Amino acid sequence: MIRLENLTKVFETANGPVVAADDVSMEVPEGEICILLGPSGCGKTTALKMINRLIPLTSGKIYIDGRDTAKLNDVELRRNIGYVIQQIGLFPNMTIEENICVVPKLLGWDMNKAKKRAAELLDLVNLDPHQFLRRYPKELSGGQQQRVGVIRALAADPPVMLMDEPFGAIDPINREVIQDEFLKMQSELKKTIMFVSHDIDEAVKMGDKIAIFRAGKIEQYDSPDRVLAHPSNEFIADFVGADRTLKRLRLITAEQVADASAPAVSRHGKARDTLAAIREHGSQIAVVIDADHHPVGYVSAEMVEGAGGLVHEMARPLPATVPARADLRAVVSEMFAHDTMWLAVVDDQGRFVGVVTQPAVTLALGETYRRDAGQAA
Amino acid sequence: MPNSGKFGRCLALAIAFGLGLWICNSGLIGQIASYQEDILYLTNQHMVLVGVSGGAAILLGIPTGIWLSRPKMERWAETVMQVFNIGTTIPTLAVIALSMTLLGIGFAPAVFGLFVASLLPIVRNTYAGLLAVPAHLKEAAFGMGMTPGQILLRVELPNALYVILSGVRTALAINVGTTPLAFLIGGGGLGELIFTGIDLMDTGMLLAGAVPTAMLAVLVDFLMGQGQLRLIPRGVNPLR
Repeated sequence: MIRLENLTKVFETANGPVVAADDVSMEVPEGEICILLGPSGCGKTTALKMINRLIPLTSGKIYIDGRDTAKLNDVELRRNIGYVIQQIGLFPNMTIEENICVVPKLLGWDMNKAKKRAAELLDLVNLDPHQFLRRYPKELSGGQQQRVGVIRALAADPPVMLMDEPFGAIDPINREVIQDEFLKMQSELKKTIMFVSHDIDEAVKMGDKIAIFRAGKIEQYDSPDRVLAHPSNEFIADFVGADRTLKRLRLITAEQVADASAPAVSRHGKARDTLAAIREHGSQIAVVIDADHHPVGYVSAEMVEGAGGLVHEMARPLPATVPARADLRAVVSEMFAHDTMWLAVVDDQGRFVGVVTQPAVTLALGETYRRDAGQAA
Repeated sequence: MPNSGKFGRCLALAIAFGLGLWICNSGLIGQIASYQEDILYLTNQHMVLVGVSGGAAILLGIPTGIWLSRPKMERWAETVMQVFNIGTTIPTLAVIALSMTLLGIGFAPAVFGLFVASLLPIVRNTYAGLLAVPAHLKEAAFGMGMTPGQILLRVELPNALYVILSGVRTALAINVGTTPLAFLIGGGGLGELIFTGIDLMDTGMLLAGAVPTAMLAVLVDFLMGQGQLRLIPRGVNPLR
C-alpha cells in the first residue's frame, strides 16, 4: 500500500517559486496499479519521483505499507522500491544477468541465489535464460530491453513499484504485447504499483485506478470506468476524449454481457422443440451445438416455424464467434465487420458460453448512468 | 574496400623492402649497432622518464577529472578546464624550458615538464567521458539505491572507460614523442643520441636515437590499444 498525504513540491526558480505538486493526497491499495495521468508538466512525474526521493519533497508525508518513509534513509528506501524508467536505463557495461542482479547484490544476497533469480525472471517474460543471461543490452531489441528493465526492478521482490512511462518508447504493436505480459505477471505478483502515463488508452487498460493531474493537483481519482463515464469536470472530459464511452468498451469482457441462457440446441434437435425454446426465451435465434458443445451454426425462428425434421438440416453457418475473454471493443468491431446484431461467445476450449447482442452491450454501458439516476432519485 | 587494402599492404611491404636494401647497402646498420651500449642505457633512461612522468600524470589526472565531473563542482569545472586548455596551447618545448627555469636542470625538471605536457589529455578525457554518461543511467542507478560511490565505480567509470583510456593513450603518445627534448635540460634519454647526432651531422648516431624512440612510441601505442580492447567490458567497447 502506498499513501501520500499532503505532498507538496515547490521548485525555486529564477522566475520565482513554481508549484509542481500541490497538496497531493491519495492512497493506492495493496496489489493495485494506480495510473498517474495528465498532460506534460502536470506534476505526475514529480509526484512519482518524490516517493523514492529522486526529487526531495517540500512538505507532506509518504507511507509505504503503513510505515512513514521519512524514517528510512534514501538508499534503504530505494532498494525496497522497484523503479522502471522510460529510457529503460539498463547498464550497457553489464550483461543482462549482472543488470538483473544489481539490487540483490546491493542487498547482499548470496550470488548463486541472485543468479537463480535472474534466470527465473527471464523465464517469466519468455526470454530464454541460456540465450540472454550472458548478452549485453545493446544485443537486445527495444522490446526485449524493456522486458529486462521491468524484471530488473522485480529482482529483489519489492512490494512496491514505481514506473515512469515504462512502455512509452516502444512501438505500438510491441507495447500492446508487453502491456498484456505485464498484466499477466501482475495478476500473479500483486505488486502495489504507481505508473505514470500520458496515454489515456494505456491508463484504461493497465489501471485499477486512475489519478488525473492538472497543474500539480489531482483533479479526479477513480476507477477507469468512473473516470470515463463520470468525468468530474470539463478538463477531464476533454482529456479522456469525446469517444470516452467507446473507450469503456475495453473495460468489459464478452463473458460479462453474454446471455448464458440463450437457446442452444443439439444438431439432432427437432425443429418444433427449437421453436418452442426460442419463443420461451423471447429471442429470435438459437445456436446449434455439436456433441462437444462447440457452436456449429444457428437457426432463426422463421426458419424453424412450421418446418419439420432436424435443425442441422436447416442450420446456417455462424457469422463469427468471439472468445469469452475478448473485450467489448473487439466484440463490437466483429459485429460491425459481419453486419450482425449478435455473436456467439465461446470459452478457451471453443465451447459455447452464450450470446452477446448489441442491445446487451448498450445496456451494459448505460448501467452506470441508470444506477446514478436511481441514487439521485 | 579489400582490394585497395591489399594494394596498400603490398606497397608498404615494397617500401620497407626498399628501405631495408638501402640501409644495408649504406652500412648504417653497422654504425647504429656500434652504439648498442648507449642505446640500451639511454632507452632504459627514456623509459624511466616516460614511466615516472606518465604514471604521475595518470595518477593525478584521472582523480582530477573525476573530481571536476562531480555535481558539486559543476559551477567551477568549466573554468578549471579552460585553464587547462590554455595550458595545452603552450608548446611542449616551451613547457620543458619553463620547467628548467623553475627547477634547474636534470631528471626532476624533465619529469615535471613531461608530466605537465601529458596531464591535460587525461584530465580532459576523464572529465568529458564521465559527463557523457547518459543522465538516465545515473537516474536508474540512483533509483535502484546505489550510493554515489557505487554509481561512480559500477556505472560511470565503466561507461566512460573507453574515452578515459583514449586520453591516456594520447597523453602517452605525446609523452614518448616529447621525451627526447628532456636531453636539452639534462634529463637524459634517447634525445642524447638524436641531438648529438644532429650536431655532429652523424646519421648513424642520430638514427641510433631516433629508431628506438619510434619503436617505443609504436610499442606504447600498441600496448594501450590492447589495453582498450581487453580491459573495457564488451557491452561498451566499440572495438569489439
